[in-house]
Amino acid sequence: MNKIIESKFLAKDVKRFVIEAPKIAAKRKPGQFVIVRSNSKGERIPLTIADSDLEKGTITIIVQGIGKSTKEINSFNSGDFFHDVVGPLGQPSHLENFGTAVSIGGGVGAAIAYPTAVGLKQAGNHTISIVGARTKDLVILEEEMRANVDEVYITTDDGSYGFHGFVTQQLQKLIDDGRKIDFVLAIGPIPMMRAIAETTRPYNIKTVVSLNPIMVDGTGMCGGCRATVDNKTVFVCVDGPEFDAHKVDFDLLIKRNKTYTQSEKTAVEHFHQCHYDKVFDLAISENKS
Amino acid sequence: MQTPLSKKDRMKIPRQPMPEQDPDVRNKNFLEVNLGYTEELAVLEAQRCLQCPKPFCVDGCPVGVQIKDFISLVAEGKIAEAAAKIKEDNVLPAVCGRVCPQEEQCEIKCVVGNKNEPVAIGRLERFVADYEREKLGMRLPVCKPKTGKKVAIVGSGPAGLSCAADCIQAGHGVTVFEALHEIGGVLLYGIPEFRLPKDIVKVEVQALEELGVEFRTNAVIGFTDSIDELLTVEGYDAVFIAVGAGLPYFMNIPGENLNGVYSANEFLTRVNLMKAYDFPNHDTPVFDCKGKSVAIFGGGNTAMDAVRTSKRLGAKNAYIVYRRSEIEMPARAEEVHHAKQEGIEFQLLTNPIEFVGTEEGWLTGVKLLKMELGEPDASGRRKPIPIKDSEFILPIDMAVIAIGNGSNPIIQKTTPGLEFNKWGNIVVNSETMLTSREGVFAGGDIVTGGATVILAMGAGRKAAKAINEYLFNKE
Ligand SMILES: Cc1cc2nc3c(=O)[nH]c(=O)nc-3n(C[C@H](O)[C@H](O)[C@H](O)COP(=O)(O)OP(=O)(O)OC[C@H]3O[C@@H](n4cnc5c(N)ncnc54)[C@H](O)[C@@H]3O)c2cc1C
Ligand SMILES: Cc1cc2nc3c(=O)[nH]c(=O)nc-3n(C[C@H](O)[C@H](O)[C@H](O)COP(=O)(O)OP(=O)(O)OC[C@H]3O[C@@H](n4cnc5c(N)ncnc54)[C@H](O)[C@@H]3O)c2cc1C
Ligand code: SF4
Ligand code: SF4
Ligand code: FES
Repeated sequence: MNKIIESKFLAKDVKRFVIEAPKIAAKRKPGQFVIVRSNSKGERIPLTIADSDLEKGTITIIVQGIGKSTKEINSFNSGDFFHDVVGPLGQPSHLENFGTAVSIGGGVGAAIAYPTAVGLKQAGNHTISIVGARTKDLVILEEEMRANVDEVYITTDDGSYGFHGFVTQQLQKLIDDGRKIDFVLAIGPIPMMRAIAETTRPYNIKTVVSLNPIMVDGTGMCGGCRATVDNKTVFVCVDGPEFDAHKVDFDLLIKRNKTYTQSEKTAVEHFHQCHYDKVFDLAISENKS
Repeated sequence: MQTPLSKKDRMKIPRQPMPEQDPDVRNKNFLEVNLGYTEELAVLEAQRCLQCPKPFCVDGCPVGVQIKDFISLVAEGKIAEAAAKIKEDNVLPAVCGRVCPQEEQCEIKCVVGNKNEPVAIGRLERFVADYEREKLGMRLPVCKPKTGKKVAIVGSGPAGLSCAADCIQAGHGVTVFEALHEIGGVLLYGIPEFRLPKDIVKVEVQALEELGVEFRTNAVIGFTDSIDELLTVEGYDAVFIAVGAGLPYFMNIPGENLNGVYSANEFLTRVNLMKAYDFPNHDTPVFDCKGKSVAIFGGGNTAMDAVRTSKRLGAKNAYIVYRRSEIEMPARAEEVHHAKQEGIEFQLLTNPIEFVGTEEGWLTGVKLLKMELGEPDASGRRKPIPIKDSEFILPIDMAVIAIGNGSNPIIQKTTPGLEFNKWGNIVVNSETMLTSREGVFAGGDIVTGGATVILAMGAGRKAAKAINEYLFNKE
């Protein structure tokens, strides 16, 4: 059981939790994740460790409520408990001084990219961060990014804030402006990561993406998280989650992530949606007050 | 209460059948298939034992259970004493009585089997253990005074649990680290409820807890702590590595990543550990088998467990696809027999060469090739050879690959100086289970490759003995 110390909605359906996990806080490196279960009947849900506080013995996770389990998690508040938290899992991000490093986060991907962006800065890179969202209210971690990286660009699909367009267009703009980019990290929805891979491919810019297949154990025991990279099967939980974007078979990943689409609908119907909405509204009003 | 029977009379008693659920009922539920002997049946079966002066049966048991003696106690109706006798050598009799391949271990050596069917040693062992648990209550052994030494056990399968039992009784502090959120290893996530009810494992774990064993779930050694950190930062005096064989093999044929293709580990973990059969009351889904055709590839216990599980999840056609013939199947005879009774179809001497599916990535069938048996190969089994132009497509919606497990590389990658062989198994001294690192012992499937519960348990006890000696001599 791990206690929630702090919880706060960052945007609609995106909530940040600071949870007690001293062992993980001491061990974790950028790019690693935990697997949590919200209750004793819960699914094992992988979530990136966005931050940690060694002294307080806490880790931070940022969760987007998209299905039954993540919505249930987002109905939790400080004082509540996660039934299980295991980690840190996966290989840490490869951090070195590449020169100029761009980290790109689409939607909740900004949360996953954040710790690595910080790590890239600490490794001596000139760091650029592109944070993309559908609309202004969904932009997350802008302040944190501004405090920790050298240049921050915000893009929104509807133009309500920052650059009007997609993260790929912002990246292309930087390239067209003649900026020398040595490394790109892209994290977000799979179509976005694929688009970034295609943007950087002609320029041969080293590009890394963090894959998010469906997982069970997270220790290489089940093979459910397998993906194809460089025409070879990998287990994302132990071999990744970060891989060379130019070698990932994104098509396969999209298809495999649809394995349980039907069951997910059943699960959500089973879950008391009304309960969740009430909690969300409450939390928003609390945050504002 | 027992009337002394002559040898002749004893030989006349037929082997008592195991009461079991009707095949057509049980293939729709997850309750245990075998119902267990009643006391009457057990005493009758025990009377079949000839009390041989030289009990060959004992040689067949990997841990040397005193079979003759415990059976004699059962025949006298002294069940509590029989339980104590078994536990001298086997700490998990309720488990082994259910899942040991008795027919090729203790029972194959039983002399009664020369003329008639052998004494049902496994069934009796199970009866005694169940009787003790249900009627008498588990009695806890007495632990020696505390030594102040601490042992870390990595992995909570049968090897880890049995080592924990012996180390705590020797007076050491014992912590078991388990990567998953529940204790039990394959007993919990692999072997299904209908063959080994999880409550049985839970009772064993509770007993260990009462003795003072500390269980830490959600601890992936290598990530959460390394073996070296356990020995230094955490201050453990010895470590026993019992992480099992947890790396699923795939067949490396085209189409293996289509939706609907599972490893047996994933399929069984979803159903057993995550309780996907109770979806959506439990959150984790699994492929919806209802009315579908499914094929399981392999011929071992794991394949039988997976195929029978899929049938219980509602599969219309459930196939075993195996490239050799039935004689070569490594699964226990009882499991194959039960599978057939439950309506499983066997596609023997067939080998998959490709999975086929839709544009959207869903499995629709498997391309199979007929095989014939040639000369015996290195394993002594006749080698299957493909028959030319025998390809055909079997339409299936789900496939489970159950061709075995290799060793999970996490410990190997994170433990410098620990010696592994080329298959990734830890190299140990076979007497002491000591590895190439001081104070680090290992046993179970991580040493032998996928084997049996009883061998893993035996290894755990061997290691405990060596650990106790090592700690006794340590400063
Ligand atoms: C290594 C890793 C790190 C992750 N880090 C984060 C994080 O920091 N924050 C965060 O909000 N999410 C993160 N995710 C994604 C998160 O695990 C999934 O969103 C979650 O498992 C969905 O569960 P659910 O039951 O709520 O939704 P479901 O009902 O299972 O799924 C809802 C929808 O999401 C899709 N989906 C299913 N599983 C996944 C998955 N694993 N990833 C992406 N989409 C999926 C389904 O196709 C479906 O359309 C991460 C995933 C991985 C593998
Ligand atoms: C489906 C199936 C059916 C079987 N049927 C039979 C049968 O009928 N009869 C029989 O005798 N045998 C059977 N077996 C084989 C038997 O279960 C195994 O030989 C036995 O369980 C091995 O025991 P173990 O203690 O070595 O490892 P396991 O039981 O595999 O336990 C290892 C434990 O270690 C944990 N672990 C792994 N890595 C780490 C880590 N880094 N840190 C912490 N914990 C870790 C795992 O999560 C697991 O819980 C079957 C196996 C399977 C898969
Ligand atoms: S432990 Fe297994 S092999 Fe030994 S006597 Fe019992 S059933 Fe037979
Ligand atoms: S060999 Fe058979 S008959 Fe003889 S003691 Fe063992 S179980 Fe009894
Ligand atoms: S999640 Fe099971 S192997 Fe990766």
